[in-house]
Amino acid sequence: MKYLDEYRDADLTRKLLADLAAVQTRPWTLMEVCGGQTHSILRSGLDQLLPAELTLVHGPGCPVCVTPLELVDKAITLASRPEVIFTSYGDMLRVPGSGRDLFSVRAAGGDVRIVYSPLDALEIARRNPEKTVVFFAIGFETTAPANAMAVLQAQAQGLENFAVLVSHVTVPAAISALMDSPDVQVDGFLAAGHVCTVMGFREYEPLAEKYQIPIVVTGFEPVDLVHGILDCVRALEAGQHGVWNAYARSVSRDGNRPAQKVIAQVFEMTDRAWRGIGVLPQSGYRLREEFAAYDAELRFPELQAIETKESPLCISGLVLQGIRKPVECPAFGRECTPQTPLGATMVSSEGACAAYFRYGKINSS
Amino acid sequence: MCLGIPAKVIELYENKGMKMAKVDFGGVVKEACMEYLPEVKLGDYTLVHVGFGLSIIDEQEALETMDLLKQIEAFGDEAAPAD
Repeated sequence: MKYLDEYRDADLTRKLLADLAAVQTRPWTLMEVCGGQTHSILRSGLDQLLPAELTLVHGPGCPVCVTPLELVDKAITLASRPEVIFTSYGDMLRVPGSGRDLFSVRAAGGDVRIVYSPLDALEIARRNPEKTVVFFAIGFETTAPANAMAVLQAQAQGLENFAVLVSHVTVPAAISALMDSPDVQVDGFLAAGHVCTVMGFREYEPLAEKYQIPIVVTGFEPVDLVHGILDCVRALEAGQHGVWNAYARSVSRDGNRPAQKVIAQVFEMTDRAWRGIGVLPQSGYRLREEFAAYDAELRFPELQAIETKESPLCISGLVLQGIRKPVECPAFGRECTPQTPLGATMVSSEGACAAYFRYGKINSS
Repeated sequence: MCLGIPAKVIELYENKGMKMAKVDFGGVVKEACMEYLPEVKLGDYTLVHVGFGLSIIDEQEALETMDLLKQIEAFGDEAAPAD
C-alpha cells in the first residue's frame, strides 16, 4: 500500500536508528503524546532498538483513557434507559465505570451500538424516530471535526431525536500542564501527527518558546517515529528549541482550515476534567449555547446527580503523565488485565497499559 | 481513534448535501465524508479518521522527506534538524 509500506521499511528504520545513535551524546527523555504512537512503538519493537540513554515516556493522548469517570458513568446511566439507543466508538464499551461498563449494560438488555463514525449514529437516529439516539462524542482534535459535523447535520436534517454526550479534550493544554508539573521531567515532545492534520502546528510554537523545548510533529509508522525522535534529539543536542515537522506529507503549519471552522462553529473552549489527572483549565470543548438542544446532559437532567468511585489500586493518572510506566503498577497483569481492567489505560487500543500487556512488556523483575 | 490510514479516493458523489467519497484502504472500500477536503479529487490519497477525510497526502513532500531520510549519513557534528 502506497504511503504505508515505505514507512515500515526495516532497512531504512535501522539506518535512521544508526543515525540516532551517532547523534546522541547525552541522556534525553522524550514524550510521545499520542497513545496511537505508543502502540506503534511497542508493536514494532522500537523501544528495544533505541539508544539506551534515550527514554521514551508515554503521554496522555489516549482519548478513552482521559474521559472522566463521571462521563463514563453518565454514559452507562443513559445507555440503561429503555428509550435510548446509545452509540459509541468501540473502545469506550469496556472502559470501567464506577460499577460496570457499557458492555455489561448491553448484556443486560440495553441498546448499545458501536459505530465507526458519528454519521452512522445519525443514520440510526433517522431510522429510529421513536428512540433518542445518544452519541458519545469523545476524543482529541482528531475526532472533533467528525463529531461537530454530526451535530450540524442533525440540525440541518431536523433530527430532533439525536443528542451528544461531549467529552472533548485538546493536546496543547495537556503539554502545558505536564511542563508545569514538578513531577514530570521531559526534554522534548513528539507531537501527535494526526491531531496536527486538523489543527496544524502553529499553536505549538508559543509552547516551544515558553518552555524552551523542541516539539516535533511525528507520524505513526516506524520510519516516521524514528524520524521524529531523530529531529528531536538533534535539536536537543544542538541546544535548540522550536517546532519541527517530521510528518510533512500529511501536516501543514495551518492544518485543515475548513475543519477548524466547523469545530469553532459548534464547540467552544472550556475547563475539562481529565481522568487520573484532574481539571485542566481551557483544555477541551463543550457545545455552544445555540446547540444546547443536542446536549445529552441538558436533555437528561438526572445525570447531574451521579457519584463516582475509582479503583483504589489503579495508578493510570501517573501513567498518563509519564510519571510511572505501566509495569511499575503492582496490579499490572495481576488484578488488572484487558479482560478485567481496573482503569481505562488497560482497555483502549491507545492505552499505554494495554500496549505493554499486548506486546509482552511484562516486568521481568 | 486517532489512527488515520491512507486511503485512495476512487469515487466522489453527494449525499444529503454532503460531499462523500468511496475510499480504498488497500482493498477494503468504505464511505468517507469529504466536506473538509473541498479540493480533493479522484486518485488522491487521504487520511481518514472516523469516517472523515482530514488531509490529502502531499506526494511532493513525501518524496522530499524520503530522499532526505535516505541520503543523510550519520550526522556527527551537524546536529540541528534540517527542516
